[in-house]
Amino acid sequence: MATSISKEEVAHVADLAKLSFSDQELEHFTGQLQEIVAMCEKMAEVDTTNVEPTFSVTPNVNHLREDVADNWHEKKALLAQAPDEAADLIKVPAILNGEDEA
Amino acid sequence: MANENFETTIGLEVHVEMQTNSKLLSPSPVHYGDAPNENTNVIDWGYPGVLPVANKGAIEYGMRVALALHAEITEDIRWDRKNYVYPDNPKSYQTTQMRTPLGRHGYLDVNMPDGSVKRIGIEELHVEEDAGKNTHGTDGYSYVDLNRQGTPLVEIVSKPDLSSPEEAYAYLEQLRRVVLFTGVSEAKMQEGQMRADVNVSLRPRGSKTYGTRVEMKNINSFHYVQSALEFEERRQAQVIRSGGKVRQETRRYDEPTKSTLLMRVKEVADDYRYFPEPDLSPIHIDQAWIDRVQAELPKSAGDRQVAYVQDLGLEQYDAEVLTQTLAMANFFDAAVNAGADSKSAAKRVANYLIGDVNAYLNKNQVELQDTDLTPENLAGMVKLIEDGTISTKQAKKVFEAIMEGEEPEAYAKAQGLVQISDPAVLTPMINEVLDDNPQSIEDFKGGKDRATGFLIGQLMKKSKGQANPGVLNKLLLAELNKR
Repeated sequence: MATSISKEEVAHVADLAKLSFSDQELEHFTGQLQEIVAMCEKMAEVDTTNVEPTFSVTPNVNHLREDVADNWHEKKALLAQAPDEAADLIKVPAILNGEDEA
Repeated sequence: MANENFETTIGLEVHVEMQTNSKLLSPSPVHYGDAPNENTNVIDWGYPGVLPVANKGAIEYGMRVALALHAEITEDIRWDRKNYVYPDNPKSYQTTQMRTPLGRHGYLDVNMPDGSVKRIGIEELHVEEDAGKNTHGTDGYSYVDLNRQGTPLVEIVSKPDLSSPEEAYAYLEQLRRVVLFTGVSEAKMQEGQMRADVNVSLRPRGSKTYGTRVEMKNINSFHYVQSALEFEERRQAQVIRSGGKVRQETRRYDEPTKSTLLMRVKEVADDYRYFPEPDLSPIHIDQAWIDRVQAELPKSAGDRQVAYVQDLGLEQYDAEVLTQTLAMANFFDAAVNAGADSKSAAKRVANYLIGDVNAYLNKNQVELQDTDLTPENLAGMVKLIEDGTISTKQAKKVFEAIMEGEEPEAYAKAQGLVQISDPAVLTPMINEVLDDNPQSIEDFKGGKDRATGFLIGQLMKKSKGQANPGVLNKLLLAELNKR
């Protein structure tokens, strides 16, 4: 019953993550991921009939924060960690054919 | 209508930035126009190991919008991660409510251009976070500002109930006003606080199945939405009539040519690999919480219009102008509460707000709340006009003063702008003028109406324009008849 993961699926996920791999790397990751999926298959053997799915492992409900603004003033430190910056903006390679999501 | 042979189907997904104090998942300030990345912290930057906690205020603002749109509030909400990789989104996922949206099955009654009212269904609405902002340089780099990252959004998804570009426009206008009167956002289009994703398809009239839909994202002007839809109606009709098939694609509106341009063909559905967010606690909303938010919800524009027309006798048009912004409507209500509660006083307050105050705001490019005018001072000035203390002419000077924060009665007194209505002061003045003008008395007795006009003129001059014209006229006639 092992549902295997194909090289095409791995390539698709890599594409979604904007990662590109050589054919050899794809083979390598496909093999690794197949092992991980096989391990998960093991868990699928447990009978979960009438068991509520777990969406969250935190026991808290309505753990919420009051709407109060607090600027931690971390801008300088964070920009220092960015690969590159210019005029307080994070500088990244040109984004082509992109669209803003929200 | 593009063509009598086709029916147009439009659905809109509208994003509204909610003006909370802090972000959805971090306490960073939500503030437009600050220096780049000023309002960001490790949570906004998506650093590993951070412990985000959701903002209760954002949930309650979302509830306000849900209630204003007559939606059912979902009792148990869990967050979901929508995964996508793009530089404006450092976490590589957006926190949203895909499986359990905050509200479902709402509606909005929209006044259509033909005067009818059409009920547009709201499929669902949910709270999620906004992304940062990219600027694309000409130097081979893009520049990212994460100030907007994490700003709470409410996304309002309509049912595909809209059937023309004009209806889409009317819906957006109405939706904007409803949102404005929840007090959660000023919905300023030019600041990107309200943006629409548009889905549009055509099908042969009478056909049961929808045509293939085309998507346009992030349009931040209602006119652009209408114009883009008009173009799409023509384009898709042409494709179908010439025997072609409309492709499922994402297009964008090109303002200069008033057309839409292909961005990409959608061969596969978007693959966002949603999964339950493990780091945030689920939310349980009980009736008591809903009731509390409902009680905080400002009165809607529609309800206020009805009250203005029915209780205060305003014209419908004036009521609509006063309810164009929440600030203006609140100001009007406050002035009425401050004493301008008779029909004529309310009418004067409305006229000042619609006329002189709006002209002042336009001329000085300021918002009402940023001026020194208070509802109490406007109501106070109107009271002075109503009881004859000052003339409408004198009120012009008083108006200028109250715009600068002056108290109207004190100002009018200090400037000698108070009308003279006291007969003990006016009668001797009248007799002086009559004694100086015996010819006018003769003319009056001879039936010449012009004579009184001349005498009034003399009296106004003598009183330096301060005599109350109504009182003066009455007293003058009385004195003339005595002679």
